[in-house]
Amino acid sequence: MNHTLRGLTLTLTLAALLLGGVVASAVLGQLPVSPAEVGGSLLRALGIQNEWAPSDSIVESTLWVVRFPRIAMALVVGAALAVAGAVMQAIFGNPLAEPGVVGVSSGAALGAAIAIVVGISALGDGAIALFAFVGGLLATLLVYFVSRANGRTEVVTLLLTGIAVNAFAGAGLAFLLFIADSGSREQIVFWQLGSLNGSRWSEVLIVALVTAVGLTAAIVLARPFDLLALGERNARHLGVNVERLRIVSIVIVALLTGVAVAFVGIIAFVGLVVPHAMRMVIGPAHRALIVASAIGGGVLLVLSDLLARSVVAGGDLPIGLLTSLVGGPFFFYLLFRQRRQSGGWA
Amino acid sequence: MISARNIGVRLGGRAILDDVSLDVAPGEVLALVGPNGAGKSTLLAVLSGDRKPDSGTVTIDGRDVGGIRHGELARLRAVLTQENSVSFPFRVSEVVAMGRSPWAREVESRDDVAVVNEALEVTDVAHLGDRRYTTLSGGEKARVSLARVLAQHTPVVFLDEPTAALDLRHQEDVMRVARTMAQDGRAVVVVLHDLSLAGAYSDRLALIAHGTLDAIGTPSEVLTAERVERVYGLAVDLHDVGGHPVVVPRR
Repeated sequence: MNHTLRGLTLTLTLAALLLGGVVASAVLGQLPVSPAEVGGSLLRALGIQNEWAPSDSIVESTLWVVRFPRIAMALVVGAALAVAGAVMQAIFGNPLAEPGVVGVSSGAALGAAIAIVVGISALGDGAIALFAFVGGLLATLLVYFVSRANGRTEVVTLLLTGIAVNAFAGAGLAFLLFIADSGSREQIVFWQLGSLNGSRWSEVLIVALVTAVGLTAAIVLARPFDLLALGERNARHLGVNVERLRIVSIVIVALLTGVAVAFVGIIAFVGLVVPHAMRMVIGPAHRALIVASAIGGGVLLVLSDLLARSVVAGGDLPIGLLTSLVGGPFFFYLLFRQRRQSGGWA
Repeated sequence: MISARNIGVRLGGRAILDDVSLDVAPGEVLALVGPNGAGKSTLLAVLSGDRKPDSGTVTIDGRDVGGIRHGELARLRAVLTQENSVSFPFRVSEVVAMGRSPWAREVESRDDVAVVNEALEVTDVAHLGDRRYTTLSGGEKARVSLARVLAQHTPVVFLDEPTAALDLRHQEDVMRVARTMAQDGRAVVVVLHDLSLAGAYSDRLALIAHGTLDAIGTPSEVLTAERVERVYGLAVDLHDVGGHPVVVPRR
Protein backbone atom coordinates (compact mmCIF):
# COMPACT_ATOMS: atom_id res chain seq x y z
CA MET A 1 0.00 0.00 0.00
CA ASN A 2 1.48 3.35 -0.90
CA HIS A 3 1.97 6.31 1.37
CA THR A 4 -1.02 8.49 0.44
CA LEU A 5 -3.39 5.53 0.49
CA ARG A 6 -2.22 4.52 3.97
CA GLY A 7 -2.68 8.09 5.19
CA LEU A 8 -6.17 8.25 3.70
CA THR A 9 -7.18 4.89 5.15
CA LEU A 10 -5.94 5.95 8.58
CA THR A 11 -7.79 9.27 8.39
CA LEU A 12 -11.06 7.59 7.41
CA THR A 13 -10.68 4.86 10.04
CA LEU A 14 -9.97 7.39 12.79
CA ALA A 15 -12.88 9.60 11.67
CA ALA A 16 -15.28 6.64 11.71
CA LEU A 17 -14.04 5.47 15.15
CA LEU A 18 -14.25 9.03 16.47
CA LEU A 19 -17.80 9.58 15.26
CA GLY A 20 -18.93 6.11 16.42
CA GLY A 21 -17.25 6.53 19.82
CA VAL A 22 -18.67 9.99 20.44
CA VAL A 23 -22.22 9.02 19.45
CA ALA A 24 -22.08 5.78 21.46
CA SER A 25 -20.74 7.66 24.50
CA ALA A 26 -23.57 10.18 24.27
CA VAL A 27 -26.24 7.52 23.78
CA LEU A 28 -25.24 4.87 26.31
CA GLY A 29 -25.65 5.24 30.05
CA GLN A 30 -28.14 4.96 32.90
CA LEU A 31 -30.50 7.30 31.06
CA PRO A 32 -30.90 6.02 27.50
CA VAL A 33 -30.85 8.72 24.83
CA SER A 34 -31.48 8.05 21.14
CA PRO A 35 -28.86 9.04 18.51
CA ALA A 36 -31.52 11.27 16.91
CA GLU A 37 -31.94 13.17 20.17
CA VAL A 38 -28.15 13.63 20.42
CA GLY A 39 -27.98 15.01 16.88
CA GLY A 40 -31.04 17.17 17.44
CA SER A 41 -29.69 18.61 20.68
CA LEU A 42 -26.37 19.46 19.01
CA LEU A 43 -28.15 21.15 16.09
CA ARG A 44 -30.33 23.15 18.46
CA ALA A 45 -27.21 24.32 20.29
CA LEU A 46 -25.96 25.60 16.94
CA GLY A 47 -29.19 27.59 16.60
CA ILE A 48 -30.90 25.24 14.16
CA GLN A 49 -34.37 24.33 15.40
CA ASN A 50 -35.39 20.76 14.56
CA GLU A 51 -37.94 18.11 15.54
CA TRP A 52 -35.40 15.51 16.82
CA ALA A 53 -34.20 17.68 19.68
CA PRO A 54 -35.17 16.19 23.05
CA SER A 55 -38.18 17.87 24.68
CA ASP A 56 -37.36 16.38 28.09
CA SER A 57 -35.16 18.78 30.03
CA ILE A 58 -33.59 15.87 31.99
CA VAL A 59 -32.31 14.36 28.74
CA GLU A 60 -31.07 17.76 27.64
CA SER A 61 -29.17 18.40 30.88
CA THR A 62 -27.81 14.83 31.01
CA LEU A 63 -26.25 15.43 27.61
CA TRP A 64 -24.90 18.93 28.24
CA VAL A 65 -23.93 18.73 31.90
CA VAL A 66 -22.73 15.14 32.19
CA ARG A 67 -21.99 13.40 28.91
CA PHE A 68 -20.74 16.04 26.47
CA PRO A 69 -18.15 17.56 28.84
CA ARG A 70 -16.96 14.06 29.68
CA ILE A 71 -16.59 13.18 25.97
CA ALA A 72 -14.83 16.47 25.26
CA MET A 73 -12.49 15.86 28.20
CA ALA A 74 -11.68 12.37 26.88
CA LEU A 75 -10.82 13.84 23.47
CA VAL A 76 -8.53 16.60 24.72
CA VAL A 77 -6.83 14.53 27.43
CA GLY A 78 -6.25 11.68 24.97
CA ALA A 79 -4.76 14.12 22.48
CA ALA A 80 -2.57 15.74 25.16
CA LEU A 81 -1.19 12.44 26.44
CA ALA A 82 -0.57 10.94 23.00
CA VAL A 83 1.22 14.06 21.76
CA ALA A 84 3.27 14.21 24.98
CA GLY A 85 4.30 10.61 24.31
CA ALA A 86 5.26 11.31 20.69
CA VAL A 87 7.33 14.37 21.70
CA MET A 88 9.01 12.49 24.52
CA GLN A 89 9.94 9.62 22.22
CA ALA A 90 11.37 12.12 19.74
CA ILE A 91 13.67 13.86 22.25
CA PHE A 92 14.74 10.63 23.93
CA GLY A 93 15.28 9.01 20.53
CA ASN A 94 13.56 6.02 22.04
CA PRO A 95 10.16 4.53 21.22
CA LEU A 96 9.67 3.33 24.82
CA ALA A 97 9.65 6.77 26.44
CA GLU A 98 6.22 7.57 27.85
CA PRO A 99 5.09 10.08 30.51
CA GLY A 100 3.57 7.33 32.69
CA VAL A 101 6.40 4.83 32.38
CA VAL A 102 9.24 7.23 33.12
CA GLY A 103 7.47 8.86 36.05
CA VAL A 104 6.37 12.23 34.64
CA SER A 105 2.71 11.44 35.38
CA SER A 106 3.44 10.46 38.98
CA GLY A 107 5.57 13.59 39.37
CA ALA A 108 2.59 15.62 38.20
CA ALA A 109 0.26 13.68 40.53
CA LEU A 110 2.60 14.38 43.44
CA GLY A 111 2.50 18.08 42.57
CA ALA A 112 -1.31 17.99 42.45
CA ALA A 113 -1.46 16.09 45.76
CA ILE A 114 0.76 18.66 47.45
CA ALA A 115 -1.58 21.39 46.24
CA ILE A 116 -4.56 19.52 47.68
CA VAL A 117 -3.03 18.73 51.08
CA VAL A 118 -1.46 22.14 51.62
CA GLY A 119 -4.83 23.64 50.76
CA ILE A 120 -3.77 25.64 47.76
CA SER A 121 -6.53 23.94 45.77
CA ALA A 122 -8.90 26.37 47.47
CA LEU A 123 -7.49 28.99 45.09
CA GLY A 124 -9.16 27.14 42.21
CA ASP A 125 -8.51 24.57 39.53
CA GLY A 126 -5.69 26.63 38.10
CA ALA A 127 -3.60 26.17 41.23
CA ILE A 128 -3.75 22.36 41.08
CA ALA A 129 -2.92 22.47 37.36
CA LEU A 130 0.07 24.71 38.06
CA PHE A 131 1.39 22.38 40.77
CA ALA A 132 0.84 19.36 38.52
CA PHE A 133 2.79 21.14 35.76
CA VAL A 134 5.69 21.95 38.07
CA GLY A 135 5.76 18.35 39.40
CA GLY A 136 5.71 16.99 35.85
CA LEU A 137 8.40 19.43 34.73
CA LEU A 138 10.75 18.49 37.58
CA ALA A 139 10.25 14.77 36.90
CA THR A 140 10.87 15.25 33.16
CA LEU A 141 14.05 17.25 33.77
CA LEU A 142 15.31 14.67 36.25
CA VAL A 143 14.67 11.71 33.95
CA TYR A 144 16.13 13.54 30.99
CA PHE A 145 19.42 14.52 32.56
CA VAL A 146 19.94 11.30 34.48
CA SER A 147 19.23 8.86 31.67
CA ARG A 148 21.10 10.43 28.78
CA ALA A 149 24.58 9.50 27.62
CA ASN A 150 26.29 10.53 24.38
CA GLY A 151 23.17 12.06 22.94
CA ARG A 152 21.02 8.96 23.27
CA THR A 153 19.05 7.19 25.93
CA GLU A 154 19.46 3.51 26.54
CA VAL A 155 16.35 1.54 27.37
CA VAL A 156 17.80 0.12 30.59
CA THR A 157 18.82 3.51 31.96
CA LEU A 158 15.51 5.06 30.94
CA LEU A 159 13.41 2.40 32.64
CA LEU A 160 15.58 2.28 35.76
CA THR A 161 15.32 6.06 36.06
CA GLY A 162 11.57 5.70 35.64
CA ILE A 163 11.47 3.15 38.47
CA ALA A 164 13.39 5.51 40.73
CA VAL A 165 11.18 8.52 39.93
CA ASN A 166 7.99 6.48 40.31
CA ALA A 167 9.22 5.08 43.63
CA PHE A 168 10.06 8.52 44.97
CA ALA A 169 6.78 10.06 43.79
CA GLY A 170 4.92 7.03 45.18
CA ALA A 171 6.54 7.53 48.58
CA GLY A 172 5.64 11.22 48.47
CA LEU A 173 2.03 10.40 47.65
CA ALA A 174 1.89 7.80 50.42
CA PHE A 175 3.22 10.34 52.91
CA LEU A 176 0.64 12.91 51.80
CA LEU A 177 -2.10 10.27 52.12
CA PHE A 178 -0.87 9.59 55.65
CA ILE A 179 -0.97 13.18 56.82
CA ALA A 180 -4.06 14.26 54.82
CA ASP A 181 -7.59 14.55 56.21
CA SER A 182 -10.18 12.18 54.77
CA GLY A 183 -11.48 14.63 52.16
CA SER A 184 -8.02 15.28 50.70
CA ARG A 185 -7.26 11.57 50.97
CA GLU A 186 -10.19 10.73 48.72
CA GLN A 187 -9.09 13.34 46.19
CA ILE A 188 -5.54 11.95 46.09
CA VAL A 189 -6.75 8.38 45.58
CA PHE A 190 -8.81 9.69 42.68
CA TRP A 191 -5.65 11.18 41.15
CA GLN A 192 -3.79 7.92 41.36
CA LEU A 193 -6.51 5.95 39.61
CA GLY A 194 -7.51 8.41 36.94
CA SER A 195 -11.11 9.06 35.95
CA LEU A 196 -13.07 11.29 33.62
CA ASN A 197 -16.09 11.18 35.91
CA GLY A 198 -17.51 14.59 36.79
CA SER A 199 -15.65 16.58 34.14
CA ARG A 200 -16.86 20.16 33.91
CA TRP A 201 -16.82 22.54 30.94
CA SER A 202 -14.53 24.98 32.76
CA GLU A 203 -11.98 22.20 33.22
CA VAL A 204 -12.35 21.04 29.64
CA LEU A 205 -11.62 24.57 28.48
CA ILE A 206 -8.31 24.78 30.40
CA VAL A 207 -7.15 21.37 29.14
CA ALA A 208 -8.24 22.22 25.58
CA LEU A 209 -6.33 25.52 25.57
CA VAL A 210 -3.12 23.98 26.90
CA THR A 211 -3.43 21.03 24.52
CA ALA A 212 -3.91 23.38 21.57
CA VAL A 213 -0.74 25.28 22.51
CA GLY A 214 1.29 22.07 23.03
CA LEU A 215 0.00 20.48 19.84
CA THR A 216 0.79 23.57 17.76
CA ALA A 217 4.31 23.80 19.19
CA ALA A 218 4.88 20.09 18.54
CA ILE A 219 3.75 20.42 14.91
CA VAL A 220 6.03 23.44 14.39
CA LEU A 221 8.95 21.40 15.75
CA ALA A 222 8.15 18.30 13.66
CA ARG A 223 11.09 18.72 11.28
CA PRO A 224 13.75 19.13 14.01
CA PHE A 225 12.24 16.06 15.71
CA ASP A 226 12.82 14.10 12.48
CA LEU A 227 16.45 15.23 12.38
CA LEU A 228 16.92 14.29 16.02
CA ALA A 229 16.37 10.65 14.99
CA LEU A 230 19.86 10.83 13.45
CA GLY A 231 21.34 11.44 16.91
CA GLU A 232 22.14 14.74 18.58
CA ARG A 233 25.46 15.36 16.87
CA ASN A 234 24.09 14.75 13.40
CA ALA A 235 21.04 16.88 14.13
CA ARG A 236 23.36 19.69 15.22
CA HIS A 237 25.36 19.30 12.00
CA LEU A 238 22.11 19.81 10.12
CA GLY A 239 21.51 23.11 11.88
CA VAL A 240 19.25 22.08 14.78
CA ASN A 241 19.81 24.01 18.00
CA VAL A 242 19.56 20.81 20.05
CA GLU A 243 19.82 22.43 23.47
CA ARG A 244 16.96 24.82 22.79
CA LEU A 245 14.86 22.09 21.16
CA ARG A 246 15.32 19.90 24.27
CA ILE A 247 14.22 22.58 26.70
CA VAL A 248 11.18 23.59 24.64
CA SER A 249 10.20 19.93 24.24
CA ILE A 250 10.51 19.22 27.97
CA VAL A 251 8.22 22.17 28.70
CA ILE A 252 5.71 20.88 26.11
CA VAL A 253 5.72 17.39 27.65
CA ALA A 254 5.35 18.77 31.18
CA LEU A 255 2.52 21.12 30.12
CA LEU A 256 0.54 18.44 28.29
CA THR A 257 1.04 15.76 30.94
CA GLY A 258 0.61 18.18 33.84
CA VAL A 259 -2.69 19.62 32.66
CA ALA A 260 -4.09 16.17 31.86
CA VAL A 261 -3.06 14.72 35.23
CA ALA A 262 -4.33 17.80 37.08
CA PHE A 263 -7.93 17.21 35.99
CA VAL A 264 -8.29 13.50 35.33
CA GLY A 265 -5.43 11.85 37.26
CA ILE A 266 -2.88 9.36 35.98
CA ILE A 267 -3.90 7.67 32.75
CA ALA A 268 -0.87 5.68 31.70
CA PHE A 269 0.27 4.13 28.43
CA VAL A 270 -1.79 6.34 26.07
CA GLY A 271 1.44 8.12 25.11
CA LEU A 272 3.09 4.78 24.42
CA VAL A 273 0.40 2.84 22.57
CA VAL A 274 -0.99 5.58 20.33
CA PRO A 275 2.20 6.99 18.70
CA HIS A 276 3.47 3.45 18.29
CA ALA A 277 0.35 2.30 16.45
CA MET A 278 0.35 5.42 14.27
CA ARG A 279 4.02 4.97 13.43
CA MET A 280 3.33 1.43 12.25
CA VAL A 281 0.69 2.71 9.82
CA ILE A 282 2.06 6.00 8.48
CA GLY A 283 5.77 5.82 9.32
CA PRO A 284 7.88 7.85 11.75
CA ALA A 285 7.86 11.31 10.08
CA HIS A 286 6.77 13.56 12.94
CA ARG A 287 4.40 16.07 11.35
CA ALA A 288 1.88 13.41 10.33
CA LEU A 289 2.68 11.30 13.38
CA ILE A 290 1.88 14.08 15.86
CA VAL A 291 -1.39 15.02 14.16
CA ALA A 292 -2.45 11.38 13.89
CA SER A 293 -1.45 10.74 17.51
CA ALA A 294 -3.57 13.65 18.73
CA ILE A 295 -6.65 12.27 16.97
CA GLY A 296 -5.83 8.66 17.81
CA GLY A 297 -5.32 9.54 21.48
CA GLY A 298 -8.73 11.22 21.60
CA VAL A 299 -10.38 8.22 19.94
CA LEU A 300 -8.67 5.77 22.32
CA LEU A 301 -9.77 7.63 25.44
CA VAL A 302 -13.36 8.12 24.26
CA LEU A 303 -13.64 4.40 23.61
CA SER A 304 -11.82 3.46 26.82
CA ASP A 305 -14.06 5.73 28.86
CA LEU A 306 -17.14 4.22 27.23
CA LEU A 307 -15.85 0.81 28.24
CA ALA A 308 -14.91 2.02 31.73
CA ARG A 309 -18.44 3.16 32.51
CA SER A 310 -20.33 0.32 30.84
CA VAL A 311 -18.32 -2.81 31.70
CA VAL A 312 -19.64 -2.94 35.26
CA ALA A 313 -23.38 -2.18 35.35
CA GLY A 314 -24.02 1.00 37.30
CA GLY A 315 -20.34 1.30 38.22
CA ASP A 316 -17.70 3.65 36.92
CA LEU A 317 -14.30 1.94 36.59
CA PRO A 318 -11.28 4.25 36.83
CA ILE A 319 -10.11 4.72 33.23
CA GLY A 320 -6.44 4.72 34.32
CA LEU A 321 -6.93 1.16 35.51
CA LEU A 322 -8.29 0.20 32.11
CA THR A 323 -5.52 1.78 30.01
CA SER A 324 -2.87 0.18 32.23
CA LEU A 325 -4.60 -3.18 31.87
CA VAL A 326 -4.15 -2.97 28.09
CA GLY A 327 -0.94 -0.89 28.06
CA GLY A 328 1.04 -3.10 30.45
CA PRO A 329 1.02 -6.20 28.23
CA PHE A 330 1.58 -3.99 25.17
CA PHE A 331 4.66 -2.49 26.79
CA PHE A 332 5.91 -5.96 27.57
CA TYR A 333 5.41 -6.96 23.94
CA LEU A 334 7.44 -3.91 22.77
CA LEU A 335 10.28 -4.76 25.15
CA PHE A 336 10.23 -8.36 24.02
CA ARG A 337 10.32 -7.36 20.38
CA GLN A 338 13.10 -4.86 20.87
CA ARG A 339 15.16 -7.46 22.72
CA ARG A 340 14.67 -10.00 19.95
CA GLN A 341 15.61 -7.50 17.25
CA SER A 342 18.64 -5.89 18.81
CA GLY A 343 19.74 -8.86 20.91
CA GLY A 344 19.85 -6.77 24.08
CA TRP A 345 18.17 -4.13 26.16
CA ALA A 346 20.28 -1.23 24.94
CA MET B 1 38.59 28.08 3.04
CA ILE B 2 39.27 26.52 6.48
CA SER B 3 42.05 27.85 8.56
CA ALA B 4 43.08 26.45 11.96
CA ARG B 5 45.63 28.36 14.03
CA ASN B 6 47.46 27.05 17.12
CA ILE B 7 44.68 24.68 18.16
CA GLY B 8 45.01 23.32 21.67
CA VAL B 9 42.58 21.02 23.49
CA ARG B 10 43.12 19.79 27.05
CA LEU B 11 41.17 17.09 28.82
CA GLY B 12 41.72 16.33 32.48
CA GLY B 13 45.06 18.12 32.51
CA ARG B 14 46.36 16.19 29.51
CA ALA B 15 46.94 17.85 26.13
CA ILE B 16 44.82 16.07 23.50
CA LEU B 17 45.87 18.57 20.83
CA ASP B 18 48.81 20.93 21.11
CA ASP B 19 49.49 23.87 18.81
CA VAL B 20 48.05 22.40 15.60
CA SER B 21 47.80 24.76 12.61
CA LEU B 22 46.63 23.82 9.14
CA ASP B 23 44.70 25.13 6.15
CA VAL B 24 42.33 23.38 3.79
CA ALA B 25 41.73 24.88 0.36
CA PRO B 26 38.67 24.52 -1.89
CA GLY B 27 39.12 21.69 -4.37
CA GLU B 28 41.42 19.56 -2.24
CA VAL B 29 41.13 16.36 -0.24
CA LEU B 30 43.08 16.54 3.00
CA ALA B 31 43.51 13.22 4.81
CA LEU B 32 44.05 13.18 8.57
CA VAL B 33 46.03 10.09 9.54
CA GLY B 34 47.75 8.92 12.70
CA PRO B 35 47.73 6.18 15.34
CA ASN B 36 44.70 5.48 17.57
CA GLY B 37 44.31 8.14 20.22
CA ALA B 38 46.55 10.63 18.41
CA GLY B 39 43.75 13.24 18.37
CA LYS B 40 42.39 12.94 14.82
CA SER B 41 38.72 12.82 15.82
CA THR B 42 39.20 15.66 18.29
CA LEU B 43 40.83 17.76 15.58
CA LEU B 44 37.93 16.97 13.23
CA ALA B 45 35.45 17.98 15.95
CA VAL B 46 37.30 21.28 16.45
CA LEU B 47 37.52 22.02 12.72
CA SER B 48 33.81 21.29 12.19
CA GLY B 49 32.76 23.53 15.08
CA ASP B 50 31.48 20.67 17.30
CA ARG B 51 34.02 21.39 19.94
CA LYS B 52 35.42 24.67 21.14
CA PRO B 53 39.22 24.52 21.37
CA ASP B 54 40.83 25.63 24.66
CA SER B 55 43.22 27.76 22.66
CA GLY B 56 43.57 28.80 19.03
CA THR B 57 40.99 29.67 16.37
CA VAL B 58 39.21 28.00 13.47
CA THR B 59 37.81 30.10 10.64
CA ILE B 60 35.72 29.24 7.58
CA ASP B 61 36.07 31.89 4.88
CA GLY B 62 37.68 34.16 7.43
CA ARG B 63 34.79 33.87 9.93
CA ASP B 64 35.20 32.34 13.37
CA VAL B 65 33.40 28.96 13.36
CA GLY B 66 32.20 29.41 16.95
CA GLY B 67 30.38 32.62 16.01
CA ILE B 68 28.29 31.20 13.16
CA ARG B 69 24.69 30.28 13.93
CA HIS B 70 23.60 26.61 13.78
CA GLY B 71 21.51 26.99 10.65
CA GLU B 72 24.08 28.90 8.67
CA LEU B 73 26.93 26.63 9.73
CA ALA B 74 24.89 23.69 8.38
CA ARG B 75 24.94 25.34 4.95
CA LEU B 76 28.72 25.78 5.13
CA ARG B 77 29.91 22.40 6.35
CA ALA B 78 28.62 18.82 6.47
CA VAL B 79 29.96 16.10 8.75
CA LEU B 80 29.84 12.32 8.36
CA THR B 81 30.25 10.92 11.86
CA GLN B 82 31.19 7.37 12.81
CA GLU B 83 27.94 6.93 14.73
CA ASN B 84 25.09 6.67 12.25
CA SER B 85 22.18 4.90 13.90
CA VAL B 86 18.65 6.22 13.34
CA SER B 87 16.14 5.97 16.19
CA PHE B 88 13.00 5.37 14.16
CA PRO B 89 12.37 3.33 11.00
CA PHE B 90 12.64 6.16 8.46
CA ARG B 91 12.94 5.22 4.80
CA VAL B 92 16.34 5.57 3.12
CA SER B 93 15.03 8.31 0.82
CA GLU B 94 13.68 10.21 3.86
CA VAL B 95 17.04 9.94 5.67
CA VAL B 96 18.92 11.30 2.65
CA ALA B 97 16.34 14.08 2.23
CA MET B 98 17.10 15.15 5.83
CA GLY B 99 20.40 16.36 4.42
CA ARG B 100 18.43 19.05 2.59
CA SER B 101 16.83 20.53 5.70
CA PRO B 102 19.40 23.34 6.19
CA TRP B 103 18.28 24.68 2.81
CA ALA B 104 14.54 24.53 3.57
CA ARG B 105 14.01 28.29 3.50
CA GLU B 106 16.57 29.07 0.77
CA VAL B 107 16.18 29.21 -3.01
CA GLU B 108 18.36 26.11 -3.25
CA SER B 109 15.47 24.04 -1.89
CA ARG B 110 13.96 23.92 -5.39
CA ASP B 111 16.77 21.48 -6.28
CA ASP B 112 15.95 19.14 -3.36
CA VAL B 113 14.62 16.22 -5.41
CA ALA B 114 17.42 16.33 -7.97
CA VAL B 115 20.15 16.65 -5.32
CA VAL B 116 18.75 13.77 -3.26
CA ASN B 117 18.44 11.50 -6.30
CA GLU B 118 21.97 12.32 -7.41
CA ALA B 119 23.32 11.59 -3.92
CA LEU B 120 21.51 8.23 -3.91
CA GLU B 121 23.01 7.37 -7.32
CA VAL B 122 26.56 8.43 -6.57
CA THR B 123 26.74 6.40 -3.36
CA ASP B 124 25.17 3.35 -5.01
CA VAL B 125 22.11 3.18 -2.72
CA ALA B 126 19.37 4.28 -5.15
CA HIS B 127 17.95 0.72 -5.13
CA LEU B 128 17.46 0.99 -1.32
CA GLY B 129 15.34 4.17 -1.52
CA ASP B 130 12.13 2.61 -0.15
CA ARG B 131 13.80 0.38 2.46
CA ARG B 132 13.65 1.22 6.17
CA TYR B 133 17.04 2.51 7.33
CA THR B 134 16.88 0.37 10.48
CA THR B 135 16.82 -2.82 8.37
CA LEU B 136 20.04 -2.06 6.44
CA SER B 137 23.43 -3.72 6.87
CA GLY B 138 26.34 -1.77 8.37
CA GLY B 139 27.89 -1.06 4.98
CA GLU B 140 24.58 0.09 3.51
CA LYS B 141 23.98 2.40 6.49
CA ALA B 142 27.43 3.94 6.01
CA ARG B 143 26.74 4.65 2.33
CA VAL B 144 23.26 6.06 2.99
CA SER B 145 24.76 8.37 5.62
CA LEU B 146 27.35 9.48 3.09
CA ALA B 147 24.52 10.19 0.66
CA ARG B 148 22.84 12.35 3.32
CA VAL B 149 26.07 14.32 3.81
CA LEU B 150 26.43 14.67 0.05
CA ALA B 151 22.85 15.95 -0.24
CA GLN B 152 23.66 18.68 2.28
CA HIS B 153 25.72 20.17 -0.55
CA THR B 154 28.12 22.30 1.49
CA PRO B 155 31.42 23.90 0.41
CA VAL B 156 33.22 22.06 3.24
CA VAL B 157 32.82 18.35 3.99
CA PHE B 158 34.23 16.41 6.95
CA LEU B 159 34.31 12.61 6.80
CA ASP B 160 35.26 10.69 9.95
CA GLU B 161 36.50 7.23 8.94
CA PRO B 162 33.97 6.86 6.12
CA THR B 163 35.46 3.55 4.97
CA ALA B 164 35.50 1.78 8.35
CA ALA B 165 32.47 -0.48 7.77
CA LEU B 166 32.97 -1.00 4.05
CA ASP B 167 34.27 -3.79 1.83
CA LEU B 168 37.12 -3.22 -0.62
CA ARG B 169 34.99 -2.06 -3.53
CA HIS B 170 32.83 0.32 -1.52
CA GLN B 171 35.94 1.75 0.17
CA GLU B 172 37.23 2.73 -3.25
CA ASP B 173 33.80 4.03 -4.27
CA VAL B 174 33.55 6.25 -1.19
CA MET B 175 37.02 7.70 -1.72
CA ARG B 176 36.14 8.32 -5.36
CA VAL B 177 33.07 10.24 -4.17
CA ALA B 178 35.36 12.30 -1.93
CA ARG B 179 37.56 13.09 -4.95
CA THR B 180 34.54 14.05 -7.06
CA MET B 181 33.40 16.45 -4.34
CA ALA B 182 36.84 18.08 -4.37
CA GLN B 183 36.71 18.36 -8.16
CA ASP B 184 33.43 20.24 -7.73
CA GLY B 185 35.40 22.83 -5.77
CA ARG B 186 34.59 21.68 -2.23
CA ALA B 187 37.12 21.31 0.55
CA VAL B 188 37.14 17.72 1.86
CA VAL B 189 38.73 16.64 5.15
CA VAL B 190 38.76 12.91 5.74
CA VAL B 191 40.02 10.89 8.71
CA LEU B 192 41.49 7.58 7.52
CA HIS B 193 43.33 4.66 9.06
CA ASP B 194 44.44 3.02 5.84
CA LEU B 195 47.62 4.88 4.85
CA SER B 196 47.65 3.43 1.35
CA LEU B 197 44.05 4.53 0.77
CA ALA B 198 44.93 8.00 2.08
CA GLY B 199 48.01 8.04 -0.15
CA ALA B 200 46.00 7.15 -3.24
CA TYR B 201 43.10 9.57 -2.87
CA SER B 202 44.27 12.64 -0.98
CA ASP B 203 46.02 15.73 -2.30
CA ARG B 204 47.66 16.31 1.05
CA LEU B 205 48.17 14.26 4.16
CA ALA B 206 48.33 15.52 7.72
CA LEU B 207 50.00 13.08 10.09
CA ILE B 208 48.89 13.57 13.70
CA ALA B 209 50.95 12.00 16.48
CA HIS B 210 50.56 12.56 20.24
CA GLY B 211 48.30 15.55 19.67
CA THR B 212 50.70 17.43 17.45
CA LEU B 213 50.96 17.86 13.71
CA ASP B 214 53.94 15.65 12.90
CA ALA B 215 53.99 16.38 9.18
CA ILE B 216 51.76 17.83 6.47
CA GLY B 217 52.31 17.69 2.70
CA THR B 218 51.76 15.53 -0.34
CA PRO B 219 51.42 11.78 0.35
CA SER B 220 54.91 11.01 -0.92
CA GLU B 221 56.41 13.80 1.21
CA VAL B 222 54.71 12.66 4.40
CA LEU B 223 54.78 8.90 4.01
CA THR B 224 58.40 7.93 4.42
CA ALA B 225 59.41 4.60 5.93
CA GLU B 226 61.38 6.36 8.65
CA ARG B 227 58.48 8.61 9.72
CA VAL B 228 55.80 5.89 9.67
CA GLU B 229 58.07 3.60 11.71
CA ARG B 230 58.72 6.34 14.25
CA VAL B 231 55.08 7.42 14.63
CA TYR B 232 53.41 4.00 14.54
CA GLY B 233 56.25 2.04 16.19
CA LEU B 234 56.17 -0.55 13.44
CA ALA B 235 58.70 -1.37 10.73
CA VAL B 236 57.22 -0.82 7.25
CA ASP B 237 58.21 -0.98 3.59
CA LEU B 238 57.06 1.69 1.17
CA HIS B 239 56.27 0.84 -2.42
CA ASP B 240 55.35 3.08 -5.29
CA VAL B 241 52.31 1.91 -7.24
CA GLY B 242 51.33 4.18 -10.11
CA GLY B 243 52.81 7.25 -8.40
CA HIS B 244 51.03 6.64 -5.06
CA PRO B 245 52.82 5.42 -1.93
CA VAL B 246 51.68 2.02 -0.62
CA VAL B 247 52.56 1.15 2.97
CA VAL B 248 53.22 -2.51 3.78
CA PRO B 249 54.13 -3.61 7.31
CA ARG B 250 57.32 -5.67 7.42
CA ARG B 251 56.12 -9.11 8.50
